[in-house]
Amino acid sequence: MAINVKDVEHIGSLACIDLDEGQKERFAKQFNSILEYFKELDQLNTEEVEPTYHVIGLNNVFREDVIEESLSQEEALRNAPRSEKGYFKGPRIV
Amino acid sequence: MSMAGQYEESIHKTYDRIRHSKLNAFITLTEQEALKTARAADEGKVTGKLVGIPVAVKDCITTKGVLTTCGSKILDGYVPPFDAEVVARLKKEGAVIIGKTNMDEFAMGSSTESSHYGPSKNPWDLTRVPGGSSGGSGAAVAGLESRMALGTDTGGSVRCPASFCGIVGIKPTYGLVSRYGVIAYANSLEQVGPMARNVSDAALLLDVIAGHDPKDSTSVNAADEVHYTDYLVEDVKGLTIGVPKEYFGEGTDKKVEKAVWDAIMKLNKLGADYKEVSLPHTKYALSAYYIIAMCEASSNLARFDGLRYGLRVGKDENWHTTFSRIRADGFGEEVKRRVMLGTYALSEGYYGRYYLKALRVRTLIKQDFERAFKDVDVLAAPTMPFPAFKIGEHAEDPLSMYMADVDTVPINLSGVPSISVPCGFAGKLPIGVQFIGGFFDEPKLIRTAYTFELNTDHQKLPEGF
Repeated sequence: MAINVKDVEHIGSLACIDLDEGQKERFAKQFNSILEYFKELDQLNTEEVEPTYHVIGLNNVFREDVIEESLSQEEALRNAPRSEKGYFKGPRIV
Repeated sequence: MSMAGQYEESIHKTYDRIRHSKLNAFITLTEQEALKTARAADEGKVTGKLVGIPVAVKDCITTKGVLTTCGSKILDGYVPPFDAEVVARLKKEGAVIIGKTNMDEFAMGSSTESSHYGPSKNPWDLTRVPGGSSGGSGAAVAGLESRMALGTDTGGSVRCPASFCGIVGIKPTYGLVSRYGVIAYANSLEQVGPMARNVSDAALLLDVIAGHDPKDSTSVNAADEVHYTDYLVEDVKGLTIGVPKEYFGEGTDKKVEKAVWDAIMKLNKLGADYKEVSLPHTKYALSAYYIIAMCEASSNLARFDGLRYGLRVGKDENWHTTFSRIRADGFGEEVKRRVMLGTYALSEGYYGRYYLKALRVRTLIKQDFERAFKDVDVLAAPTMPFPAFKIGEHAEDPLSMYMADVDTVPINLSGVPSISVPCGFAGKLPIGVQFIGGFFDEPKLIRTAYTFELNTDHQKLPEGF
C-alpha cells in the first residue's frame, strides 16, 4: 500500500507541519522506500514475544510530596516569545 | 598585572586554535566563563577530578545561561534557565567548558549535515563528515579544540564520530548517566557518553558523569559507586571475546573487517580467548531502531511550538495554523521526515504493524545479547561498516544514510554499553572497533580497551594538527 501526496499532506497535518508541493512529492517517494524497507520485519513471527518498551524494567518512580525549590515565574517565562501578566501567550484555539 | 597562569594560558591557546579552525566544530563558544574558571584553577580555588581540563558539550545538553540550539533553527535564541545534571557535575569537578558543539539537528543523523549551522568537517579529511550526530564533539576532540567532550548516543551518535575521527567514545549502559536536561530525541534509547583522545580520559569523564540522579526517573540507583579509572588495568588474560559474525557481513568495507580482526588477534596474543558467536536477529535491528526512534521523536518533538521557547514567526492566527507554520519554518528536512514517519507509524491502524512490532523485535535483539553474554565476556565488532564518507554523499537518499548505523543501533535497542576505540586506518581515514558488554559491564570494557590501546599505535593526530 503506497503513500501518495494526499497521505503525506494528512500526516503533515497530524504532525502540525506545513509542507510545500515539492516537499510533499519528495516525502511521498522517500516514505515509500523507507516503509518498504521496514517490511522486512514482517518476516519475523513475533506473536509470542512480549514488547520491550524499556530495557531496564523500571516502574514509576515516586517521591514524597514535598515542595522543593523550582524555577521562578520570571525565569520560566524568560524564553517565551510572547507572554502577558505572568502567563505564556498562545494563539487563539479556533 | 600578573602573568597568566598555566591553565589560563592553555585555554587562551585553545580558543586561538578554534578561531583559526576550518572544522566548524562549535555552535557557541563560552570563552569568558572558561577563562574565569581557568584563572580560578590557577589560583588554586577549584577542586575536583577535572580541574582546568577543557570539556566541550554537545548542543542538545542544556547549559544554564548559554544558548542551547540542538542544531535546530526552532531553538534559535533559547537560553536555558538551568543546567543538565551532567553539566552540573562537570562544573562541580572544576572542568573548563569550552563551548557547545555542532550536531545533526535534534541528533538525527550520522554526519552533522542536518545541522542548521552547517556541517562540521573531519580533521583527517576536510571534504568528509566527522560522523554524527555528535560530530562537533568528535571533530573538536580529534582536532585538539578540546581535550574531552560530551556527546549523546541514541543509535550510535557517540561511537560513530569517535570511529570516523579516530578517538575513543563510550555509550554507557542505559540508566547509568542522568538524562536530566538532555533535550530528548528518543528517550528509551539515548545516553550521554564521554569522548576523548584516549581510554584514560574517557574513563575519567565517565567517572564524573555516571551515577544516580533522582531528577531522572530512568536513572538507575546502584548500591555501589564504581570508579571507572580503577579499571585502567593492562590485563586481558582469561577474557573471552565473542565475534558476532553478523557484524562482518555484506556492506562492511574489507579494510574495516581486517582492522577489527587484527584487533581481536592482538588481544588474543595478549592473553584473551576469542570465538565466533551469532546474534541472529541483528539484520532486523535497523528497522526496529528507526521505527522506535521515529515514534518517540514524533512525541518528544511535539513540544516545539514556539509557545514557551524558541522560534515564533509571523502573526498569530489560530492554534493549528500558527504551530504548523512555526514547525515548518523551524524544523529541517530530516527532522520533518522522522517526526512525520513516527506520526504515521503511531496513527490508528498502523500502531500494531509498526511500533508494537518493532518493540517485539527489540525483545528478540535484547535476548540475542543476553544469550551471547552467557558464553563470552565482551563482544568485538566494527563500530561503523566503513570509514568517514564524503560530505553530500548521502544527501539525496536518507535510507542509505540510515544504513550506516547498522552496527551501532542494536546496542541502543538492548541498552548495553559499548566503547569504540581506534584500531587502524583505511588510507588516511581512521577505523574504530567497538567492544560491547553486558549491563553495567563498563569496567570490563575499559580494561579491554585500555589494554588494546597500550599495546597498539593507532592513536594518532591528523596531519597538520
